[in-house]
Amino acid sequence: MSELSYAKAITLGLREAMAEEPAVFCLGEDVGYGGAYGATQGLRDEFGAARVRDTPISESAIVGFSVGAAVTGLRPVAEIMHMDFIACAMDQVANQAAKLRYMFGGKARVPMVIRAGTGGWLNAAAQHSQSLEAWFIHTPGLKVATAAAPADIRALLRAAIHDDNPVIVMEPLSLYEIRDEVPDVADDLVLGRAIRKRPGSDVTVVTWGAMVPRCLAAADTLASEEVSCDVLDLVTLYPWDVDAVLESVARTSRLVVVHQAARRGGFGAEIAATVSERGFDLLDAPVARVGGLNVPVPFSPVLENFVLPDADDVMAAVRSIA
Amino acid sequence: MVTTSTGLRDLYRSMVLIREAEETLLRLFSQNRMPGFIHSYIGEEATAVGVCAALRLDDYLTSTHRGHGHILAKGGDLSRFFAELYGKATGYCKGKGGSMHVADLDLGILGANGVVGGGIAIAAGAALSAQLRGTDQVAVSFMGDGATDIGAFHESLNLAAIWDLPVLFVVENNGYADFIAQRDHQRIEQISRRADAYGMEGATVDGNDVEAVHEAARVAVEQARGGGGPTLLECVTYRWRGHFEGDPQPYRSQDEVASWKLRDPLLVAERRLRDRSELDDGARDAIRAAVCAEIEEAVAFAEAAPNPEPMSALEDVFTDVVEEAR
Repeated sequence: MSELSYAKAITLGLREAMAEEPAVFCLGEDVGYGGAYGATQGLRDEFGAARVRDTPISESAIVGFSVGAAVTGLRPVAEIMHMDFIACAMDQVANQAAKLRYMFGGKARVPMVIRAGTGGWLNAAAQHSQSLEAWFIHTPGLKVATAAAPADIRALLRAAIHDDNPVIVMEPLSLYEIRDEVPDVADDLVLGRAIRKRPGSDVTVVTWGAMVPRCLAAADTLASEEVSCDVLDLVTLYPWDVDAVLESVARTSRLVVVHQAARRGGFGAEIAATVSERGFDLLDAPVARVGGLNVPVPFSPVLENFVLPDADDVMAAVRSIA
Repeated sequence: MVTTSTGLRDLYRSMVLIREAEETLLRLFSQNRMPGFIHSYIGEEATAVGVCAALRLDDYLTSTHRGHGHILAKGGDLSRFFAELYGKATGYCKGKGGSMHVADLDLGILGANGVVGGGIAIAAGAALSAQLRGTDQVAVSFMGDGATDIGAFHESLNLAAIWDLPVLFVVENNGYADFIAQRDHQRIEQISRRADAYGMEGATVDGNDVEAVHEAARVAVEQARGGGGPTLLECVTYRWRGHFEGDPQPYRSQDEVASWKLRDPLLVAERRLRDRSELDDGARDAIRAAVCAEIEEAVAFAEAAPNPEPMSALEDVFTDVVEEAR
């Protein structure tokens, strides 16, 4: 075990995957210089400029070139500095990467990863703060995942790079500096399997990304009130671990879904609907949803903290159904 | 099957195959035997044939919504092609793609594309892949004049030039972007001038002269294969049919169409072959008859082919996850 920051754990996962397989290469804005937030630092020195490629500010080309490289045998890892900018590449993501295999009757393989710096609490306002998972979960043909701990993001990136399908990996930028233990031995996590971050018996809390540490903080406080939370980090948002959620709800009979993205049309709604369809008899209370307010993310820290959900909002939601 | 030999007679035969295949499918489409929409390639055959004859089997191409000619010129199988247009299980894409998405990865055909300009970055990415893998493969992106107005065109050409990628951007300037004449959708007449803006080679050729297209493509492919970087090759041609079958074409006169038909790429090649005493009426009729027999066989295959099982719609989204019907 060694302690690493979230950003350094990303670097470690990329370095391992690149060292293990020559087909893996990175491209994106500033990645050769280490990236805007330092996640690719040192990789160009180690693997050379051919495999760690700086691009112009051309999101559509970054993703489109990745599709072409993936379908001809390589495993590109594209970086989109802030997830908001993926809007510039949406044709390549939603109409090309997601659809080629299907449109071609299963003949093509598109093994590519899009790493996207995600979410708020950067005081960076409405075009640098979004969590856009719902756009991509709604688009058949894409896998979508995120992780909240250094060990998890390293294992997730490895799994995403080894997957033979397009995977969007959301990296919460507000977590880049958190530090935690990372195992010495590399291992891939299993896409589609949730991670239980805290076992509990009274209320199931399903969350992901930057909300995981906030849900754990809420669970700590609630424990002192004799409310025990079963906190699941979903990790993979498509395909997501329905069984783990239903198994937990079968024990707790109560579910709170928490995400940073705006609540309206958020992925929490899909989870709530699925549990009501498949586990209605398990529930003793309505499913509670916690998400960002339905406005763009504002700049001023006072406004941003009001708009994005925090541990207090999670506690309020849990108490409302506990 | 189209050959990739470079003799004019072979090029002519390939063009006849594409023309006859298009005429056949237009007839079948008008009889409601084929679903979907059809974007006819008639009139532009010299571009696909001239360019593809300069390629190797393992070179890549991306095609367009008007892509039938590219698929056949690269060597696509007629039976699986027609079966796909019929939406049948034995079609190229098991009936999941149709006219706008025919692909044959074994032939380097990375798909026709329903989004105008959607294949430009993909072809450049395939060229990047060839460069990184250390092969000498080349990629071609076919596109219409309309595609040169989208953002991905600019991003892709700029980046392909920076990285000296082995790629040809082939613009089939057929005069129209959907319904809009070229003079109304861009201020320049010669699209190859845009190459200057990216620091790459640019050339404009008569897109109805298959030998001229082939020679320009040969030079560009040779340059790309040798590490000399990309080329923007504009082939000036004309779309004989509407944007899609059923397009009432209020935006142009039939006189204009007729004047271009006088420059039919097949007639241009035929005249030249006769001048060189390489073709007479008998040989021409024999080529046509042989091609038509191939097409007839392919249509019979497609007509007799089974429909896909509805449940197969749930397959092929991912390599592993299979969706459930609910």
